Amino acid sequence: MSYGFEHLTVAYGGHVALRDVSLRIPAGAVTALVGGDGAGKTTLLRALAGRVRPTGGRMWPPPLDRVGVLTAGPPGYGDLTVEENLRFVARVRGLERRWARERSEGLLAATRLADARGRLADRLSGGMRRKLGFALATLHAPDVLLLDEPTTGVDPVSRTELWRLMAGAAGSGNTVVFSTTYLDEAERCAQVLALDRGRVLAAGDPDRIIGAVRGLYDSADRGPAQRSWRRGAGWRVWMPDGAPGLAPAEPDLEDAVVIAMLRRSQTTGTSAEVS
Amino acid sequence: MWAMLIKEFQQLRRDHRTAALLVMQPLMLLIVFGYAASFDVDEIRAVVGGPAAELAAQRLPGEVSVVSTDAAAGRAEIEDAIRNGEAVLGLVAAQPPVALIDGSDLFAARALQRALPSEVRQEILFNPELATPPIMVPGLIGLIMLFVGGIATSLGVVRERESGTLEQLAVMPLRPWDVFFGKLGPYLAIAAFDTVVVVLTGLWLFDVPFNGSVWWFSLGALLFLFTALGLGVLISTVSRTQAQAIQLAILTLVPQVLLSGLIFPLDALATAIRPIAYAMPLTWFVQIARATMLRGSDISALVQPLGMLTLIGTCIVVLAVLRFRRDLMPQRGRAA
Repeated sequence: MSYGFEHLTVAYGGHVALRDVSLRIPAGAVTALVGGDGAGKTTLLRALAGRVRPTGGRMWPPPLDRVGVLTAGPPGYGDLTVEENLRFVARVRGLERRWARERSEGLLAATRLADARGRLADRLSGGMRRKLGFALATLHAPDVLLLDEPTTGVDPVSRTELWRLMAGAAGSGNTVVFSTTYLDEAERCAQVLALDRGRVLAAGDPDRIIGAVRGLYDSADRGPAQRSWRRGAGWRVWMPDGAPGLAPAEPDLEDAVVIAMLRRSQTTGTSAEVS
Repeated sequence: MWAMLIKEFQQLRRDHRTAALLVMQPLMLLIVFGYAASFDVDEIRAVVGGPAAELAAQRLPGEVSVVSTDAAAGRAEIEDAIRNGEAVLGLVAAQPPVALIDGSDLFAARALQRALPSEVRQEILFNPELATPPIMVPGLIGLIMLFVGGIATSLGVVRERESGTLEQLAVMPLRPWDVFFGKLGPYLAIAAFDTVVVVLTGLWLFDVPFNGSVWWFSLGALLFLFTALGLGVLISTVSRTQAQAIQLAILTLVPQVLLSGLIFPLDALATAIRPIAYAMPLTWFVQIARATMLRGSDISALVQPLGMLTLIGTCIVVLAVLRFRRDLMPQRGRAA
């Protein structure tokens, strides 16, 4: 079963949060929504979770009772313990007690929160709190996971663990859609949707997006201001018509997204923020 | 310092609600205080009975306005009229004439003590010593309920919004009603417990009598409590932060304290602001509490305040639920 949307537009008053966005979400795989602040990632997830009614376009959203959602912000109640939070969600979802207890134990072990079960959620580190959020969102064993920036502001170890949890969920057949500002995370996904100010920059298999990049070079010096950006100690330069004398570079998703932004700014005449 | 000044003004400009409150609050307090802060009762309602009722009614001092004269009425009927709040003064036109005064209306009773001619024998009913606690405590119970119910509830709901947990609840299989009543239940239980403790403490510590029906009082208290909690939720739906909720709660509390008849007698309020007083739930609870605890009124005297409290309470709760629902229902995208 796959979900998705075609020509999706969402506007709040005069502000268009998403414009003409289309995507088919493959089942049993991880889809990443990437983009900066205000790109429309949260609106897209909220539309899929039934929290926002689109202004235009068509949607095939997953059935709400089969969805687990991790919203932005600290998950769970800060003044409840890890275990109390899990029990609260189990009751709200009407889960059978014994089943919920076993499921909670499994999730506590998977998220390595078993030792912190009696700790108030407010006393957890940022990474632990997000893992608690993952556990709360998946407690009812949903088919589809919608996770809003699960790894933002999280320490590298927890980030790796959260990634492992998401990949594990997809491995056991779940459809995972998550938003992120980290392009290295997105690169590992089956599908990427890069958004910029509510519009699609690039979409599809990240390898294909990267493979389509042409005219990327490494340079020790900065090239033309609107076509070069820093990478480590040197510069990346994008010259679609070729740049004799410069060494061709091995592109990654970050390069592909930057080039997509540059290409758009050239066609629309707006300035792309790369440096 | 200049930088701080500019920053502070910028922040205040953004926070419309706080800025509006800072400007509105003193103005409102001044107006309410100016019109309400009067202990002088200009008009005292009286019933006159006994064979010489008509004649006796004409001899009453100017501030007394006679609502009925009945030559056939005896002391018992007149006492009933006072008990049920129809009048503050009941004159039994016999020899010697006896003035029955409602001791639950402190200021009117004191004014009558001074104004009535000396040949009239005075009898203060329900509160013979004209003590303050029996009059204040029943009303204060309402104020405490308003405090606990209103402020605690509004803070509890705003906290959910501030911490983002309301958004988390919205993606779970909960109906807005489940969240509303689930959220209110514990506050209702705590406030109900508080009410019982306060009533018992009032009876025991301040010798406040309880002359009427506990059941009618309880019904009034429960209705009032629901209204207070509804008011709390309503406040929370228009507040973004806990600080705003507290400011708004105080803004709704102060006029109720001043205009409900708790401190200043309702009959002393300027006519123009009386409708405001009658639109406030505390006004009606104070009447129910004094009628049941002090005067031991029967249901005929309680129909109006109970009815009004039900009406005001229903309006507040319905409005609160409707506004609260908006937070939990899907946001509707609008055409740009």
